[in-house]
Amino acid sequence: MTTKIKITINDLEVEIDQGTSILNAARDIGVIIPTLCYHKDLCVAGNCRVCVVELVGQKKLSAACATPCEEGMNILTNSFKVRNSRKHIIELLLSEHNADCTRCYKNGNCELQKLASDFKIMTQDFIRLVPFKNYTIDHFSPSIIKDDSKCIRCQRCVRTCEEIQGVNALTVAYKGDQMKISTFFEKPMNDVICTNCGQCINHCPTGALVEKNYIEEVWDAIADKSCHVVIQTAPAVRVGLGEEMGLEPGTRVTGKMVAALRRLGFDAVLDTDFSADLTIIEEGSELMVRLKKVLVDHDSDIKLPMATSCSPGWIKYIEHMYPDCLGHLSTCKSPQQMFGALAKTYYAKVRNLKPEKIVSVSVMPCTAKKFEANRPEMHDSGYRDVDYVLTTRELAIMIKQAGIDFQKLIDEPFDRLMGESTGAGVIFGATGGVMEAALRTVYELVTGREIPFDNLNVTPVRGMDGVKECSIRIENPLEEWEFLEGVELKCAVAHGLINAKKVMDRIVSGTSEYHFVEFMACPGGCLGGGGQPIPTSPEIRQKRAEAIYAEDQGMPLRKSHLNPEILKIYADFLSKPLGEKSHQLLHTQYIRRERF
Amino acid sequence: MAPTYQLKRLDFIFKNENDWKEILVGKINLPPQELINELISSELKGRGGAGFPTGLKWKLTSEEKEAVKYVICNADEGEPGTFKDREILSKVPLKVLTSMAICGYVIGSKEGYIYLRGEYFFLQHELNKAIEEFVAYCRKINFEFTIRIFMGSGAYICGEETALFESMEGKRGEPRNKPPFPSVSGYMGKPTVINNVETLAHTYTIFEYGAKRFYDLGVQYSRGSKLFSVSGDTPKPGIYELELGMSLVDFVDEFGDGDTKAVQVGGASGFLVPRKRFSETTIGFQGKLTGISLPTGGSMMLFNSSRSMYNVLDNYLEFFREESCGQCTPCRVGCQQLLNGIKAVKRGEKTAGYLEKLLRLAETMQFTAKCGLGQSVANSFSSIVENFREEMIY
Repeated sequence: MTTKIKITINDLEVEIDQGTSILNAARDIGVIIPTLCYHKDLCVAGNCRVCVVELVGQKKLSAACATPCEEGMNILTNSFKVRNSRKHIIELLLSEHNADCTRCYKNGNCELQKLASDFKIMTQDFIRLVPFKNYTIDHFSPSIIKDDSKCIRCQRCVRTCEEIQGVNALTVAYKGDQMKISTFFEKPMNDVICTNCGQCINHCPTGALVEKNYIEEVWDAIADKSCHVVIQTAPAVRVGLGEEMGLEPGTRVTGKMVAALRRLGFDAVLDTDFSADLTIIEEGSELMVRLKKVLVDHDSDIKLPMATSCSPGWIKYIEHMYPDCLGHLSTCKSPQQMFGALAKTYYAKVRNLKPEKIVSVSVMPCTAKKFEANRPEMHDSGYRDVDYVLTTRELAIMIKQAGIDFQKLIDEPFDRLMGESTGAGVIFGATGGVMEAALRTVYELVTGREIPFDNLNVTPVRGMDGVKECSIRIENPLEEWEFLEGVELKCAVAHGLINAKKVMDRIVSGTSEYHFVEFMACPGGCLGGGGQPIPTSPEIRQKRAEAIYAEDQGMPLRKSHLNPEILKIYADFLSKPLGEKSHQLLHTQYIRRERF
Repeated sequence: MAPTYQLKRLDFIFKNENDWKEILVGKINLPPQELINELISSELKGRGGAGFPTGLKWKLTSEEKEAVKYVICNADEGEPGTFKDREILSKVPLKVLTSMAICGYVIGSKEGYIYLRGEYFFLQHELNKAIEEFVAYCRKINFEFTIRIFMGSGAYICGEETALFESMEGKRGEPRNKPPFPSVSGYMGKPTVINNVETLAHTYTIFEYGAKRFYDLGVQYSRGSKLFSVSGDTPKPGIYELELGMSLVDFVDEFGDGDTKAVQVGGASGFLVPRKRFSETTIGFQGKLTGISLPTGGSMMLFNSSRSMYNVLDNYLEFFREESCGQCTPCRVGCQQLLNGIKAVKRGEKTAGYLEKLLRLAETMQFTAKCGLGQSVANSFSSIVENFREEMIY
C-alpha cells in the first residue's frame, strides 16, 4: 500500500503516490515538462537540466525527473525563473551542438530541434562552441555512425548500452569541456565490443547516433535496369513502419508496405517470414539431432542448451563475451542470411536469372543486420548473399522520397516464390516468437499431435518479462523419437542482452537445465530493434507485440512445417533438413572475439 | 602604528595528539546519544565549506536501520588556495582517526575510509603507519573498526561527496542526484557519514575539551575556530587557526601587504571581496542577523593592486571549465561560455553589455547545476565582474 501525499503543481492541488517524481506527477495532470536526458527505458540521470522546476521557498531549481514529490511541495513549472533558466539551458545546448539541421539525418525527428522549435530560440546570444572543437565522425562501423558534434552528452546511449544491453561499448571519457561519449581507447565503433544492436540510436535524442544508411545505393540498384532487385521484409517491419507514416503504434501495414515496395520499383517483394519458417525446420531438426546425441549417444561434444542464432547483435555479443560457449549456438544462419543465400541460388534458378544480376535487399528492424550481411563468411551463394540492408526508418524515408501517400495505398500480397509464410514466421518479430514457432513444429513432428496450448498460443513465452521459461513434457512420441518419452523439454527466452547475460551466466556455471534458449539482443525482440521507428518505449513495444500476435492469429497457416513453399523447396532444391545443400547455404560458423 | 597582532590565534588543532587513546576509550563507553548531543550543542558545522551541522549529520546516519554503514574522511582537498588538510594529516593524523572511530561507534559502522587526494600520495606512507598503530590499538581494546586509505586520481569534482562515492565504487566521478543524501544512501548505497578532515579534527577538540569550550569561540551561527590557508600577496602566507566571525578588515590588517585590493574568500568557488567592502564583511556562515558573512573552506587569497582581476577570473574559469565533470549542461557549457565570453569582451569582439548576459547566465548556473561545483561558479564570476567591471573590459 503506497502512501498518498498532497502536493501543489501550478496552484493545482493533487494527491499522488509518495515517491512519484515531479515529472510524472505533472504529466499525470497534463502539465508538460520538457526533457532530454530522461527516457522511460532508462534510469534517471538528471544531467540535461531542461526539466528544472521551482519549488516555492527554495532558491535553487530542481530537476523534475530526479526529484521525488514530498508532502506539501509547492511546484511551479512555468515561473519566470524556470522559463529563463530553461531557455538558457536550451541555448547552451544549441551553442555546443552542430545545429546543421537541414543536412541532418534526424531532421524532423530530433528532440533538441523540437525543443528549440517549441521555445522559438531565434537568437544566438552565446558563442558557438562547435567550430573550436576537434570533432570526428566515426563511420567505420557498417551499422552505426557516431557524430560527436551533434551529441548533447545526455548519456542516454551510455545508459542504454549499460542497462538494457550490459555491453558498455559506449562510455563517458574525459571531463569538463572535453567530456564526450567514447569507446574503449577511443577506438572506432567497429573495433570495440559494440554489437551493432542500434539501441543507442533508438535512444539518442539527436543525430549524434544514427544508422549508416544505404538508401542511395538501393535507389541506384533500382534504377539499374540490368539488375533484378529483390527485397525481403522482416516480420517486425510491418508492425513498426506505420508509426513512421503517421499511424498509431501497433498498426499492421503488411499489405500497404508490399504495395509501397512495388511502387518504389523493386522487382520482387518477398518475405523474410518465408525463411523464418525455413529456419524453424532447420533449427528444429538441429535441436532434435542434438537431443538425440546427448540423450541417446551421450556425446559429450554436443552442447545443450542449444541457443538460437537469429539475432546478429546477440551473435556478436556471445562471440565477444562468451567465446567458449559458441558450441551452444545453433549453426543456422539468421532468416535474413538464409534468404540471401537462397535468393542468388534457388530463386535465381527457378526464375531463370543470373545470380550476379540479382541485387538482394532486405528491410529489417535492425542495424546489426547490416553488420551481419557484411560478415565475410556470408557469401555462400558465391556472391554477397545480402547486398544492402535497410532499416524500417530508411524504408520510410524512401517511401516519403518517392511521394507515396502511404495511408491511401491498397493492400497487396507478396510475390510468390519465397513470399509465402505462416503465422510462425510472423511471430519471429516478437520476443519468444522463435521459441513458440519452434515448439509448434517440434512438438508436432515428435508426437504427431498439435502442441497442447489453447489455439497454438504458447503464452508462457510471450510477454515482456526479461527472462521467460517454459517446459513441455513429451508423452507418447512417434516411434522415431521414442527416446524423448517422458522428457521435460525445458526452454527459456531472453531479450535485451542484459537478460541474455543472466541466462548465459547460468549456463556457464552449469546451473541451467535448459534444452533450448531463444536469445534476442533487443528489448521486446525484433519489434524493439535498433532499426525501428523512434521513439520507443515499453508501451509502444507492447502495442507492436500485440500487432504481431494479431497478424499470426489472422494467418491461414500457423505452423512452419505446413508452409507449402517450404515443402516445395525441400522437394525441389534442398532435399532434406540438415542435408548437404542446407549445410552449404543455410548454416554457418562463428568466430571468437576479444572481450573489448 | 596598528598593532601587529589583532586576531586571536588559537592552538587546538595542531596541539599534540598524545591523549587520543584516553579520548577513544572514554567516548566509546558513553551512550551514542550523549556524544551526538555534545556535537549538536557545540554547533560545529562542516569545515569543507558547505557548513552542514556535523552533529545532525551523525544523528541522521545513526537513525538509519542498516547493518552496514560507512565513515568517510574527505581528504580530497582540491579547492585552489587550501592546504590545511594535508597539514592536519601529516601533523595530527591520530586525531582524525580517533574521530572517525568514535563516529563509527556513534552511527554503528565498522569501516572507515580516508579518500586521499591523488596529489597527496606522499602522505600515504606516514598516514598508513598511523592507521596501523591506530587499528592495532582498536584491536587491543576489542573495538571493531578498520580504516583504509582510498587514493583519488586528481579530479577536483571527486571532492563533491557523491562524486567521491562514485569514484570509490570504481566508477566515473560524477555527482549523483540528491535526494537521497549520504546519510540515507552513500558509499555502496549504504548510510554514510562523510566529513572533511578538519571537521574531524574539530570533533576531536570537542571530545577533548567539551562542547562549551568550542561553542564559546566564534559568533552566533559560526561557532568555534577554523584553519585558514592564507596565500597570495601577503608577507606571511601559511596556515592559521583563527576564530570564526572575524571581520575582513582585521584579517587584511594582519595579513595584507598594505596594498590589498581584494580578498578571495573560499577559493575559486568562493567570493571576491573588494577593498570597499572589507569593513562590512565577516568570515563565517550566513545567518539571519549576520549581514554579509562569507563561508570558506579555509582558502583566503589576497590580491594587491599589481594584480589584474581579469586574469584572476580567467584563471578560475579555466579551472572550472576543465574540472567540471561535464555531465550537466549548465556547468559543462556554462563554464565554457563564461570563459569565452569574458575573452570576447576583452578582445572587443563582444560589447561590454555582453557581461550582463553572462551575469544572468551565471545566475542560471547557480539555480540549475546538478552539484555544488556548477552552482558556485557564479560566486566568483559575479563578485569579480560586478566589482571589477572595468578591468574586464579595458
